[in-house]
Amino acid sequence: MDYERIKEKLSILADAAKYDVSCSSSGSKRKNTTNGLGDSSGMGICHSYTEDGRCVSLLKILLTNHCIFDCAYCVTRKSNDIKRAAFKVQEVVDLTIHFYRRNYIEGLFLSSGIFKDADYTMERLIQVAKKLRLEENFNGYIHLKSIPGASDELMREAGLYADRLSVNIEIPTKSGLKLLAPDKKHEDFMKPMEKVKNEIIQYKQESKLIKRTPRYAPAGQSTQMIIGASGESDRDIMYSATFFYKKYNMKRVYYSGYVPVANDPRLPALGSKVPLLRENRLYQTDWLLRFYGFDIRELLNEQHLNLDLEVDPKLSWALRNRHLFPVNINRVEKQLLLRIPGIGLKSVNKILHARKFRKLNWEHLKNIGIAMNRAKHFITCDSREFEVKEPSSEYLKNIILGTSSGKFRKDIGSQLSLF
Amino acid sequence: MEQQAILVYDGTLEGFLCCVFTAYEEKLKVVDIKPPGGQAGQQLFSEPREVFTEPEKAKRVWSSLKKKASAAGLRDLKWAFLSEILGMEMHMYSMIRYILAENVPVDRDFSHPAVLKVSQAAKKVGREKHRMEAFVRFRLTKDEVYFAAIEPDFNVLPVIKSHFKNRYADQKWIIYDLKRNFGIAWDLSVVNYITLDLDPAIGISGAPEAYFHSSEIAFQKLWNQYFTSTNIKSRANQKLHVQHLPKRYWKYLTEKNL
Repeated sequence: MDYERIKEKLSILADAAKYDVSCSSSGSKRKNTTNGLGDSSGMGICHSYTEDGRCVSLLKILLTNHCIFDCAYCVTRKSNDIKRAAFKVQEVVDLTIHFYRRNYIEGLFLSSGIFKDADYTMERLIQVAKKLRLEENFNGYIHLKSIPGASDELMREAGLYADRLSVNIEIPTKSGLKLLAPDKKHEDFMKPMEKVKNEIIQYKQESKLIKRTPRYAPAGQSTQMIIGASGESDRDIMYSATFFYKKYNMKRVYYSGYVPVANDPRLPALGSKVPLLRENRLYQTDWLLRFYGFDIRELLNEQHLNLDLEVDPKLSWALRNRHLFPVNINRVEKQLLLRIPGIGLKSVNKILHARKFRKLNWEHLKNIGIAMNRAKHFITCDSREFEVKEPSSEYLKNIILGTSSGKFRKDIGSQLSLF
Repeated sequence: MEQQAILVYDGTLEGFLCCVFTAYEEKLKVVDIKPPGGQAGQQLFSEPREVFTEPEKAKRVWSSLKKKASAAGLRDLKWAFLSEILGMEMHMYSMIRYILAENVPVDRDFSHPAVLKVSQAAKKVGREKHRMEAFVRFRLTKDEVYFAAIEPDFNVLPVIKSHFKNRYADQKWIIYDLKRNFGIAWDLSVVNYITLDLDPAIGISGAPEAYFHSSEIAFQKLWNQYFTSTNIKSRANQKLHVQHLPKRYWKYLTEKNL
């Protein structure tokens, strides 16, 4: 192995892959039953964290950053004057195995620029996964990128070796895609998603009948959208996300604040700030949809095109729906309990358990760990004191902001002026 | 009147359970249970008494616990023991008494002070276990064994054993606890507990040529390159970085020590 050459490739191709935010390594049930290498049956493990605070659990690289497309938002676009490199299939296999054996990683996340055509690229990615599984007897986690436009047969094969497949839609709106990625067709993204979804359903059904049915992408599919590159609203983003969750049974949709990589009049200028706060609010909204029983139309609609950056989306919703509150914490059903600002999933479960034994008062709620500064304005409990004095929502919001501190508070002033 | 007693055991979980057995058998009022050489405490009213470890007795205590406690409660007891926190034995003893005295399972009653203490200690051990599974870094030695040295806050080797066994079935490996001076070693068929006479030069990171494979340092450099290249500078967040990766764990990490 020529370590110096590999090191140079690694620096180029890891750098180009880092904008893909998914690093999940859980949700697969691949056990090491063959006395081989690796096991991905447990929870995901973050083996390190980069200085931007993101988890490092997979070796995340591109096979190559040569690309025939010229998407404005992408660092590897054809017209960008950067160093290009390409790994050989065997080099990726070796790196993965050597890193895994040292307990650096949970597995491989392999993506690629598109060279020649979609199928040719997809084939190379599959070769890597196939070699790892069949020649190296590797049971670690493999996440492969589905190349837009890849054929159904290849997508079928990919799922047999990969734990997760993903296609990044990147631009949440059709019009945005047309503007920023004129060579790509919307359908090219949808086709592999559709194929993978159908295969997963089919394999699941078969495995009910035949025990030895091979696994097909056991950790499901995911996608990613870039935030703040094409002037889209939060509503556009979250309506697309909802569409992907529903239509393609996505395990996850990731949101990635746009990091400027080009001087292009269609895009935010180089050096403009990454919209971290907005990204955070979108993730909070995503959680509300998946775990808290909210419908997206309650959070974002014609009247509310964008999320409130100052407060979290649940509080923002509650401030618009004051007629539903206050609720009695000892009586209200779970569905509404989940909607109280400042009370998370874990607290909801603790409250449900605890209130079977006794009526809960403020002290109990504090010990359970709910965020009182927000919650107390929306609930009553086993106490004569309560906070609900019916101030206006605007006033209430200011009270809550005055009694809390947020990690993004200092950014809000500057980011707000954008709207 | 019950006799007051300070019980001294051999430092193993079995030994501790034998103390529980003895306490019940002789209806002792136990004021302390401690390993040999443990700190001398209240010795005003009684002499410390050594309890010999008999696996049969330990088994009997454990099987009566099994009938009355949930799997999670039993795990908490085992893990809390590994925390080696001073005085944990007495919390465990009082939790065990509580469990055995009641007819319904009470090992999840966190309003009981001993149950809470034990579960909190178990949680700490669980966190250290997960961190060791994440931050252990193997280095390939000259004789083709993947070697890692650690200094965990708690005695977690017994609980990380199966994780590494399942994962690295086809390579020989050793994880060595420098603090407690013992290790676990996988020889491709079983995991053994071992003690070694280690040259301090082996260290926790790096790859001194006397011991490690000639390719080892190259892979450490490659990993370091990867770690650097995958960082997004415009998203820098040092606070979050350190929150996830507390500084006391940096000594294990190749990417922090090259």
